[in-house]
Amino acid sequence: MRRYLSSASVVIILLILWEVIVRVFAVPKYILPAPTQVIKALYIDYNLLFGHSMQTVFEALAGFMLAILAGLALAVLMGLIPSVKKTFYPLLVISQTIPIVAVAPILIIWFGYGMMPKIIVVALVCFFPITVSLVEGLASVDQDMVKLLLVMGAKPWQIFKIVQFPGSLPAFFAGLKISVTYSIMGAVIGEWLGASQGLGVYLTRSMHSFLIEKVFAAIVVIAVLSLLLFALVSFFSRLIMPWYYQKSPWQG
Amino acid sequence: MQEHTGARSFASGYLEVKNLYKTYYLPKRETGSIAVPTLEDISFTVKKGEFISIIGPSGCGKSTLFNLISGLEIPDKGQIILDGKEIIGQKGHVSYMLQKDLLLPWRTVLENCILGLELQNVPKREAINTANCLLADFNLSEFAGSYPASLSGGMRQRVAFLRTMLAGRELLLLDEPFGALDAYTKSEMHDWLAGIWPRISHPTVLFITHDVEEALLLSDNVYVLGPRPAKLKLQLSVSLQRPRTRKLVVEKGFIEMKRILMDSLFTLG
Repeated sequence: MRRYLSSASVVIILLILWEVIVRVFAVPKYILPAPTQVIKALYIDYNLLFGHSMQTVFEALAGFMLAILAGLALAVLMGLIPSVKKTFYPLLVISQTIPIVAVAPILIIWFGYGMMPKIIVVALVCFFPITVSLVEGLASVDQDMVKLLLVMGAKPWQIFKIVQFPGSLPAFFAGLKISVTYSIMGAVIGEWLGASQGLGVYLTRSMHSFLIEKVFAAIVVIAVLSLLLFALVSFFSRLIMPWYYQKSPWQG
Repeated sequence: MQEHTGARSFASGYLEVKNLYKTYYLPKRETGSIAVPTLEDISFTVKKGEFISIIGPSGCGKSTLFNLISGLEIPDKGQIILDGKEIIGQKGHVSYMLQKDLLLPWRTVLENCILGLELQNVPKREAINTANCLLADFNLSEFAGSYPASLSGGMRQRVAFLRTMLAGRELLLLDEPFGALDAYTKSEMHDWLAGIWPRISHPTVLFITHDVEEALLLSDNVYVLGPRPAKLKLQLSVSLQRPRTRKLVVEKGFIEMKRILMDSLFTLG
């Protein structure tokens, strides 16, 4: 916890400054609520926020899993078969230029107001960083290691299993860490456009009622949830790649 | 080619390299390419169990020779015969070790060591038993479960050496295996290797190095290659008693052999 001390103090100083400014200049609550008012909103709406959060987290995790499965499949195919990579890599990049906010309403037309379109939005947002990082990880494997296994008489699939895939895991987890922080946001965007449950619904309702302190409360919850998911991915990263976090006692 | 002290006969050996030629073609800016003759008429014979060092100036084609023997590349002309069989372009006959230890960071020391056996479909239990025996010989037992990241450079290189030996091939190609180590660690490695060599059942070794003392300390025979295109300039049989230690370095016979090798290395043509 000690290493976050400096970051935490910056946040606390900013919050105090914010509180002071709002009070001194008597800024109305519907323009900018003070941090204490946001905390109060969090306290009052705790049960409501919890229910909405569960919905959003479920959509985020489901979409994230979908993105991992699809990303793994496509990246491994691209890593194994050069022609697949040549064909699909540019398409992958182009797909990323399509704005999600434009696609989301169409998804609602196709799949209705249920959870499906939200999960798909999350998957679309998360898919790109996961796939690209794994493809790059597979491509950047040490060629001398590949050569070593070739000389030992290894088959291509053995080289993939023993060298390429484990070697690309650090890049893969880097991609997972980026995309997991997008996942909650993706679900919220999906909910904005039409839903009956979720933090996106809570956000739009609060906004329309000019309850800005509740909007801020939702922002806080979204940030905390994103951090928790990030911590979850970090935990799995340490669990699956203990070797990656090992420091050499001999250096220096 | 001259031969020195105790010349060995060129009767059929374990590894026979006959009239090997290799030319590389580097692409040029405009059209065509530049031919770079790298190996020219290389022939030598190695007996089973011999430790042969190959020394020569930088970029003379020593590593090319290894790539040809390991089957990674194909010579333009010539023969490579291992144990009576032609092995040109065939992989899986030799074990290879480079300056980089190339230990897989995601595998423990033990898992790295059994890599070669695993690829040959040796049952895991048997592979682990074999590896554990050698780990003990190499004084590495306590690190069997550690990841390479927690080892020092010298230890990593010893593990890589063990892995190379355990690959179960009768011919080891070592391409400057200690080249990246500092002088002190390197010297320790020499003592260690020269010390255990007579004690363990050792395979046949081809050892590339720039280091004349290293070559003399470790080898039964030293071959000197000339500058590119590489030709065999000298073959020197090292008649020093084993086990050897670094104390030999200051002895008269050692210095005489060192002089012969240096003369050959630094005379052109």
